[in-house]
Amino acid sequence: MSTAFTLDLETGFRGLLEAGGVSPGLSRLIWLPLPMLLVLVAAVVGVLVTVWLERKISAAVQQRIGPEYAGALGILQPLADGLKLLVKEDIVPARADGLLFTLGPVLVVVPVILSWLIVPFGQNLLISNVGVGIFLWVALSSIQPIGLLMSGYSSNNKYSLLGGLRAAAQSISYEIPLALAVLAVVMMTNSLSTVDIVDQQNGAGILSWNIWRQPVGFLIFWICALAECERLPFDLPEAEEELVAGYQTEYAGMKFALFYLGSYINLVLSALLVAVLYLGGWGFPLPVETLAGWLGQPIDAPLVQVITGSVGIVMTVLKAYALVFTAILLRWTVPRVRIDQLLDFGWKFLLPIALVNLLVTAALKLAFPAVFGG
Amino acid sequence: MPPLAEITQLIVFGVLATAVVVGALGVVMLPNIVYSAFLLGGVFLSVAGLYLMLNASFIAAAQILIYVGAVNVLILFAIMLVNKKEAMGASPGIGLRRVLSTGVCLGLFALLLRVAFSTPWATPGPAAIGEDAVIRLGEHFFSDYLLPFELASVLLLMAMIGAIVLARRDVLATDIGTGESVDQGLIEKARTPLLMEKP
Repeated sequence: MSTAFTLDLETGFRGLLEAGGVSPGLSRLIWLPLPMLLVLVAAVVGVLVTVWLERKISAAVQQRIGPEYAGALGILQPLADGLKLLVKEDIVPARADGLLFTLGPVLVVVPVILSWLIVPFGQNLLISNVGVGIFLWVALSSIQPIGLLMSGYSSNNKYSLLGGLRAAAQSISYEIPLALAVLAVVMMTNSLSTVDIVDQQNGAGILSWNIWRQPVGFLIFWICALAECERLPFDLPEAEEELVAGYQTEYAGMKFALFYLGSYINLVLSALLVAVLYLGGWGFPLPVETLAGWLGQPIDAPLVQVITGSVGIVMTVLKAYALVFTAILLRWTVPRVRIDQLLDFGWKFLLPIALVNLLVTAALKLAFPAVFGG
Repeated sequence: MPPLAEITQLIVFGVLATAVVVGALGVVMLPNIVYSAFLLGGVFLSVAGLYLMLNASFIAAAQILIYVGAVNVLILFAIMLVNKKEAMGASPGIGLRRVLSTGVCLGLFALLLRVAFSTPWATPGPAAIGEDAVIRLGEHFFSDYLLPFELASVLLLMAMIGAIVLARRDVLATDIGTGESVDQGLIEKARTPLLMEKP
């Protein structure tokens, strides 16, 4: 299985450079920043698309038209938004703590962008196949509450402080069921690496996706991911009617844009990870080996490799955007929960369910090692 | 190993070590407790970076998850829920106290330096096993380190039960803080959520 997809851009690129007389060390140095840059661009483009989708879908839900004049179907509207935020005046309130006020949004965005390190778009199409894989994401996402507390505290505004506290409380409560849901998947895979997690799901196409074996885990993960992204119905930290805009109240210009960008990058990232953990990642509903076999093509041929690689990228993005669509539709459909309901739901319902799910997975793994990854 | 990688390692180590030392000094010396708490987070992150340099990526991620994501956030929560704006007032004899504590700390530091320089360190240490570390850690946890692992869990469980008993005033006959016997008013007080206005 793992030898089948060997579309390896790094080897090809460095081979090309070294054939041109570049030393191996230098070719590695030239290669290193390229995938990072590519993923950063992909993340930002993903956010622009999501913002446009959010505007259009919310308009459709409310029987409006939405952005229309900036480009065809208003497709340039997110760019205009970004440009507006970029050139807006950057205000630091007079009694705020300037240093922490600036550092807060940075601490919120950087871990989210770093987490893209582990999102695989194909067998070798990810920045780094680190061994701790999905655990790295769990760890990195736990840095975010510090940035939220920092910006809430430094704004010197009671709404900001309350919003920051709410955000941090919400984030740490939903992190635990989230990690437990991930742990159940990891237990079936016997590996933390995201590539292994996808490989394990692609034996029989759509039938072997984790969602069939982990339906409860899938729901827990999706709910917790929405809560971590502060999406409705869990957008208490910035509940307009109660807290103005929560920890973002005092922010303007580019610092506000960092929060905005961070939350949308996080949404796309969560959707991608749900696709990777539960929906077979880059896998096509029919295994591509079977398809290639029917067409009588050898799977190792360069052209077939390029096609399967492209299909993988398209499938990953497609699954992720289907989930983003669900999240947007949820946001414009359901009302917001109260803070005590949110915390009760997290601690008294999701956490026990996640624990039971983990135990049941362990039991099933012992009973049916063939199906649940022995 | 190519020299480029060695130079990078040296630079990264220098930056991380400086961040740890300067950050730790800041945690102790800054008068503003909020800055101290945030700097503590920075120190934890830098230590995680040092673990990464030692090829212990799982330990580094665990360090971030537990120390930055849980311990430091809880410290910040405690500070912000108490939310006292004024700086610490001058205690009596603050000058003498500072001199004494500096002396004690310097003495401890000298002792540690002595130990560090007189110990025959076996360098280079055992080779890092990298990605297999997770599996080896798990094996140790369930074989020769089972007892310490379980003892730590029992300790945490005790702390958790203790915290619940202290926080839920209705399970005790008398209130721990004031000594008065528990009545309906106290029980309701204990059930008021921290972040909500009273109805």
